[in-house]
Amino acid sequence: MSLSNEAFYPVGSLDQFMIQVGRVIELNGLQIAVFRTSDGNVFAIRNQSPHPKGGPLAEGIVSGHYLYDPLYDWKIDLETGNVQAPDNGRVQTYPVRLEDGQVWVATSEFLAV
Amino acid sequence: MTTYREKLVVIGNGMAGISAVEQILKLTTKFDITVFGSEPHPNYNRIMLSYVLEGSKTIDDIVLNDLQWYQDNGITLHIGTTVTKIDEQAKEVVTADGVRVPYDKVLIATGSNSFILPVPGSDKEGVVGFRDIADCNQMLQAAKTYQKAAVIGGGLLGLEAAKGLVQLGMDVTVVHLMEDLMERQLDHQASSMLQAELERQGIKFKMGAQTAELLGDERVSGLRFADDSVLEAEFVVMAVGIKPNIAVAKESGIMVNRGIVVNDYMQTSMEGVYSVGECTEHRGTCYGLVAPLFEQGMILAKHICGVETAPYEGSVVSTKLKISGVDVFSTGEFIDGPGHMIIANKDEWKQTYKKILLREKVMVGAVLFGDISDSAELQKLIKQKAEMTDELYESLMGSGCCGGAGKKSTSVENMSNEEIVCGCNGVTKGTIVDVITNQGLTTIDEIKACTGATRSCGGCKPIVEQILQYVLGDGFKTAAKQGICGCTTMGRDEIVAEIKAKGLQTTKEVMNVLGWSQPEGCSKCRPAVNYYLGMIYPDSHEDEKESRFVNERMSANIQKDGTYTVIPRMYGGVTTPEELKKIADVSLKYDVKVVKVTGGQRLDLIGVKKEDLPKVWQELDMPSGYGYAKSLRTVKTCVGSQFCRFGTQDSMGMGALLERKFERLDLPAKFKMAVNGCPRNCAESCTKDIGIVGNDGGWEIFIGGNGGIKARLADSFCKVKTDEELIDICSAIIQHYRETGNYLERTSEWVERIGLEEIKAVIVDNMDSRKQLVNRIEFALQQVEDPWKKMLSDDKSRNRMFHRLEVSH
Repeated sequence: MSLSNEAFYPVGSLDQFMIQVGRVIELNGLQIAVFRTSDGNVFAIRNQSPHPKGGPLAEGIVSGHYLYDPLYDWKIDLETGNVQAPDNGRVQTYPVRLEDGQVWVATSEFLAV
Repeated sequence: MTTYREKLVVIGNGMAGISAVEQILKLTTKFDITVFGSEPHPNYNRIMLSYVLEGSKTIDDIVLNDLQWYQDNGITLHIGTTVTKIDEQAKEVVTADGVRVPYDKVLIATGSNSFILPVPGSDKEGVVGFRDIADCNQMLQAAKTYQKAAVIGGGLLGLEAAKGLVQLGMDVTVVHLMEDLMERQLDHQASSMLQAELERQGIKFKMGAQTAELLGDERVSGLRFADDSVLEAEFVVMAVGIKPNIAVAKESGIMVNRGIVVNDYMQTSMEGVYSVGECTEHRGTCYGLVAPLFEQGMILAKHICGVETAPYEGSVVSTKLKISGVDVFSTGEFIDGPGHMIIANKDEWKQTYKKILLREKVMVGAVLFGDISDSAELQKLIKQKAEMTDELYESLMGSGCCGGAGKKSTSVENMSNEEIVCGCNGVTKGTIVDVITNQGLTTIDEIKACTGATRSCGGCKPIVEQILQYVLGDGFKTAAKQGICGCTTMGRDEIVAEIKAKGLQTTKEVMNVLGWSQPEGCSKCRPAVNYYLGMIYPDSHEDEKESRFVNERMSANIQKDGTYTVIPRMYGGVTTPEELKKIADVSLKYDVKVVKVTGGQRLDLIGVKKEDLPKVWQELDMPSGYGYAKSLRTVKTCVGSQFCRFGTQDSMGMGALLERKFERLDLPAKFKMAVNGCPRNCAESCTKDIGIVGNDGGWEIFIGGNGGIKARLADSFCKVKTDEELIDICSAIIQHYRETGNYLERTSEWVERIGLEEIKAVIVDNMDSRKQLVNRIEFALQQVEDPWKKMLSDDKSRNRMFHRLEVSH
């Protein structure tokens, strides 16, 4: 699916996100956890653990492009949303763009789950 | 061209049926599989229901294969559907709703039902079995409304049910027909030790009692026994045994006896129909345990897929009671009989018992109580029909008691590849050897991640380690060198030494310089290294919020719904009407869901929204109680000499003083203390990291107690005469633990690892080293500050961590 620019919303300046400390944004009624990694990238995923019991993700420990979920310690790939073995599952990811120190996150009805 | 896929219909969605399906899927894709289950759940681990009842696991936790798994493997699943008959003529399986599904092969794995005693009144409301999730839910429900419960049956299931109900707060009596508990698995000696231990845990027993009638109107109100005595009970669990569920087979004209009769390849008397698990009877035996069903499933899978296999020749069964803190194990022939030679060792001090039975020199059975560390090895030796030798004797029985001396060196060489190593997940030796040799795995953690072995109860860990050792040979020592996590091979001591030697300052630096495989570490090593750095450089290390677990990062305890619990500090468990009023006001204003008194004498404010946390702290204007921290939680106290007529020391005063002194300092794990004014010990110092008991001439100090996962009574450390000495010794103990403890290691484990005498030598006997420890902790204590205050004065961090960004568009 290609995304037009309209799908992206400005969610804050880069400075509003601490490195390796997640932050929740609310966009189109969705709770999205945004992570700024130590290499300068920013990732956005749905703030809902794929563990059967759910729970938030924003407060997990970030290592490289992986997230260790705060409640059950599942290891989640921030780029793909895939849960790493031995657990399995997937979290919805959202496209991010960085422009002039601004963070833009895209959602659309197609992306929202 | 489309290939015809044979239709396999599986009747029964339990452990036996699905593990057989898993084995079949490994061998072939030629089957079109349909599974029928009468329970409304996906496949779950029935043997772990005891943990659900006990509260240590939820039903979600024990699901083995979720619905996605069935979908991923192209299996059609019908839950909540009972199959009534196999129509051999039409080659169709018929359900209770009259639906017909054609088959080429059928697998019956209908398991068993609770055996309900045929006594008057057994159909009353409030009488349940203990077999499935529905039973388990009924028990959880009953515990909310009713007080008195009776469990009929003192076997494995009955005892696990009883323990669960006690845990849920019920008054439970186990009624048993025999004089010995678990008489089918234990001998008299082990039974009596078990009963004594369970009585200590709050279960009551009525032995040698034959239930004649269940009393009550609609709902059960009690039991009447054959001798006319009566026991009051508002809830009754029947756990007298199981009955193979043979209804479908019987209805279909398949040969049944007690169970569905099968041959050595799990074939029933009907062409194309197989059966495995508790519903079967093989060579006259019906098994009610988990190991045989994996063994049967494996042979069935090979046979049905046309792969050559050895016949099934029966299983050597062993039993393990799943009650925390009570270790019981038995395997093979364990009751003394003619022709047995018995090797036994009973130790009443350590409360352990070990018995090995030989027939002509060959090991045929064993019973262990209290210490079951040899269970895996014994199980293996008995399966192998090993002969007892002097060497084996030495390694098993040692020269001291219960195998205290010589340590094991036997190999797993003789185990066959098909043998199940992990009973919970059905992993064979062959699978484990395979991942070691073909995928190059070298640690238990890797094997766990890849195969699932050791993942559930962990009982098979020793044997997995032995296999690893055996396969890797000389390579084991280097390969098995386990670091603090999967990112490094370095242990705690090495890391601490390297940090000091190289002057490393941040976790990132530690990981880069010391060659971590994952450059930014993981959720295990990041918090650990951050702690070690803070311990080594108390004044200069900048605490890394991003390396803290959520609770410590947010300075509050996260709950499963994402809200938080706030616990204000109440020094020594003492508060004031003004503080209580403030707590009440704030709780009302921020819509706190529950205000709960904790086990450590303070108040939990449960259910605060993340964005409200800073305001709650500000308005409480009380210090953080550190309910979330790896640091001093509380100092529990009794009333003491200020008010109590027995108190000889001021426990409230001393408790508050110690709590003020040591609060906020980072420690390897959470830390609890208690101060008692007299030896009546009302503040329960025996289960605290440091417990202090006042007496006429001063104080006695205890260390290493724990009331948590692995309960441990504290050891008496020393006696002191003055308050100053008491504080100094506490300081030195805490600092010594800070400096030598592994991250997340409680003092109960620390004391056992380092040794009580060793710790005494450093702190009690050596004034010089005590002094140095005290100096170092004083320096570290000067650096601490209250995290709530700190966060309130740091607008930028507070904003970035607690505020939700709302994006308008």
